[in-house]
Amino acid sequence: MTPTAKQSQLEAGVAAAIRRHGEETFPHECCGALIGTGDRVTAAVALPNTTEEGPRRRFLVRPSDYRTAEQRASELGGELLGFYHSHPDHPARPSQFDLDHAWPTFAYVIVSVMAGAARDMTVWFLKEDRSSFDEGTLNGDENSDSDPAPPVHG
Amino acid sequence: MATKILIPTPLRPYTDKQEAVEAQGATIAELLADLTTKHAGLKAHLYNEQGKLRSFVNVYLNDEDIRYLQKEQTPVSPGDTISIIPSVAGGRAGK
Repeated sequence: MTPTAKQSQLEAGVAAAIRRHGEETFPHECCGALIGTGDRVTAAVALPNTTEEGPRRRFLVRPSDYRTAEQRASELGGELLGFYHSHPDHPARPSQFDLDHAWPTFAYVIVSVMAGAARDMTVWFLKEDRSSFDEGTLNGDENSDSDPAPPVHG
Repeated sequence: MATKILIPTPLRPYTDKQEAVEAQGATIAELLADLTTKHAGLKAHLYNEQGKLRSFVNVYLNDEDIRYLQKEQTPVSPGDTISIIPSVAGGRAGK
């Protein structure tokens, strides 16, 4: 369950699905569940962002949707490995807010969406003492060599 | 009285990978205290530095959020099931 090597292997189509979701919801944050086995993510399941704090900079997966994600993982014969979300017009690095709300053992994939176009994608794991995240190795991101990011406006 | 507590995926490493464990107590507070005594690794992820349940930790008595009952003082009856269900939140830095 816990990725001992701190990595996530995205199966074909997973990275593209996450990028597409981030672009569709831009300038709002998208979020979804990562389902698979061990460190292999076989499916990204889009979930509604139910935050009431401003979806341009926050996301929330409410308990009922969390339950749905665990059920979906069971249906797919896998387990819930973590969650993904987007950072509109911000780097793919976790914020203090991400840290404050993180769960142990989960993989947290973040995709940066600059001016509507998905860019960098990273994966992070909460340290056991909750002090910070460790950046993991993200494999299987077919589009990791994306073009240089355009200027950010605003 | 032993009550079943359902453990979400990210906390199962702290319960020997069990999806459900049993704890003793007449209220939610007593149950969670017993749970975190038996499975000490859970404590830091359920409670903040002030000893309060973290805001993204949701505790349900059967299908009801204890925030809408008597919170941690909610009494537990034989046959009840407790579920710990995460909210997952985050977001970018800045305004």
